[in-house]
Amino acid sequence: MIYRENGQFKTSYKADQQIFPIAQDRWFLLGLLLFSVVAVPMLADEYMFRAILIPFLILSLAALGVNILVGYCGQISLGSGAFMAVGAYAAYNTYVRIEGMPMIVALLAGGFFATLVGMFFGIPSLRVKGLYLAVATLAAQFFCDWAFLRISWFTNNSTSGSVAVSNLSALGIPIDSPLKKYLLCLGFLIVFGVLAKNLVRGAIGREWMAIRDMDVAAAVIGIRPVYAKLSAFAVSSFIIGVAGGLWGFVHLGSWEPAAFSIDRSFQLLFMVIIGGLGSIMGSFFGAAFIVVLPIFLNQFLPAFGNLIGVDISTATVAHTEVMIFGALIVWFLIVEPHGLARLWSIGKQKLRLWPFPH
Amino acid sequence: MAFFLETLLGGLMAGMLYSLVALGFVLIFKASGVFNFSQGAMVLFAALAMARFSEWIPQWFGFENKILGNVAGFMAAAACMFILAWLIERLVLRHLVNQEGVTLLMATLGITYFIDGLGQTIFGSAIYKIDIGMPKEPAFVLQNIFPGGLLVNKEDLIAALIAAALVAALSLFFQKTSTGRALRAVADDHQAAQSVGIPLNTIWVIVWCVAGITALVAGMIWGSKLGVQFSLTTVALRALPVIILGGLTSVPGAIIGGLIIGVGEKLSEVYLGPMVGGGIEIWFAYVLALVFLLFRPQGLFGEKIIDRV
Repeated sequence: MIYRENGQFKTSYKADQQIFPIAQDRWFLLGLLLFSVVAVPMLADEYMFRAILIPFLILSLAALGVNILVGYCGQISLGSGAFMAVGAYAAYNTYVRIEGMPMIVALLAGGFFATLVGMFFGIPSLRVKGLYLAVATLAAQFFCDWAFLRISWFTNNSTSGSVAVSNLSALGIPIDSPLKKYLLCLGFLIVFGVLAKNLVRGAIGREWMAIRDMDVAAAVIGIRPVYAKLSAFAVSSFIIGVAGGLWGFVHLGSWEPAAFSIDRSFQLLFMVIIGGLGSIMGSFFGAAFIVVLPIFLNQFLPAFGNLIGVDISTATVAHTEVMIFGALIVWFLIVEPHGLARLWSIGKQKLRLWPFPH
Repeated sequence: MAFFLETLLGGLMAGMLYSLVALGFVLIFKASGVFNFSQGAMVLFAALAMARFSEWIPQWFGFENKILGNVAGFMAAAACMFILAWLIERLVLRHLVNQEGVTLLMATLGITYFIDGLGQTIFGSAIYKIDIGMPKEPAFVLQNIFPGGLLVNKEDLIAALIAAALVAALSLFFQKTSTGRALRAVADDHQAAQSVGIPLNTIWVIVWCVAGITALVAGMIWGSKLGVQFSLTTVALRALPVIILGGLTSVPGAIIGGLIIGVGEKLSEVYLGPMVGGGIEIWFAYVLALVFLLFRPQGLFGEKIIDRV
């Protein structure tokens, strides 16, 4: 009743080809944008920003990058954590070593170097496929872990092995409060979200999807696998690299290679799978789910233990958390293997007919 | 020369242990097409169960005999792995038939988290010891050929022998028993196997049990070498290059891949490591596997991947 496109006539090609062809979608997105820019800063407190909102935004950005590679181009990658690390460390080096380097340029430079590394480790994808490729991308993960730990040039010869940035500012505005950090991350996410959404509905996105669905058939109809696969690796690593830079600069402030370990790669892949492969919206859902779930379990389990009169030790809480996290993921994959994005589209389909389904 | 041979031998023995873990991966992948990431968690779980039960059972029944305690611990841990295998098939795999490879991969990652948490909740998270009486002192062999002889770690030697014995037993089981034949049939072709009346679900439980036993043996050996602790789960990450090198679907591939990776790791660490600052063995294994893959994308012994439109 409310959500249907009846009466919305398209009278030009431009109107026919716009990103969101249904007016309700446009209004919804505008509302969401206003909500995140205006309402959230007024409602959220500092804890919300630090623990939930900023990690959510940065990890959604990273998940967006992973989704382009895994969801749209079908190349399973377990090295996303490494590309985040490359982004973070490259941004750090450009920021520290070049006098007067603006932070945003440093972050983009981080993305650029992540692109180079991502394309290099994407070369095997031309020959190796599927699960073999997934394991092969772990080479990137372990190599980067090792490189940032052992080669002291990358960490500016810091003795402890950890690096730190301070006095951040963007466009002349000092980024010192959680609110400003939130808005900075939100800005990046909006820009890259629109970019990604446009890319995947353009020619290049269609090439990626053709490669994903069957690469031999795609090659037969004239899509160059080398170009399509490497461009997917490049775009995805660029976004992941920028997210890595943001994670280091804005969220952590000071970090070690362990911040981008293999667990981070798994976490990103979880986001993409739970959110929905091949869906921009899904990346946001997945990131929200994976960020909020551990925090929720952490708060909820001790309270639940008190309720039934069992005193749970902190170690047990930690282990039970891991257990429930794993069980929920498996349960989720069984119930909805196509992810939250599928639920979203089912919901939209239902809404078109509601309240008169027949 | 002697030093090179020592390194080579050490690598071969370490490689035997990698093969053992890789074998668990390959068995499950062949039978059910599941890339089982939780093999490492299963190694930790099995080792924890063994360590704790070999301590608890003598306490409960009030006997002191160490061998009997170890045997009882092994049996109890094996029972745990059987129950785990049955539960995984019943609660997870059965519901995920025909899903994409990456979804199954993520499901086993979920299982990994679950088993990690479960093992440490039940058995505790301190560092435990498995004492199966492995000799710790090194031995010297071939003293008449090399001056001073070759240093061989007896513990590693026994571990490699146990691993080799298990591999031999498994290949006998696969080649000579009717269950083994059914397993091979399922690995060749699911539908054909089902059409001649082989129950797929039972086969999956059996395969996960066998993988559980290999995990238990690997956990036992590694646990007695390094102590049973959380870092045992990284064993799985070290076995991954082995299986892609050998081929995801090949049992001999897992063994030979394990030996190649074991030797490659040790030699690179000794001869290449000092040049670049050490600690390179973990990524070197992956790069080595990757180089092999560039020439044979299906691994050394994997089935040839044929793409048809």
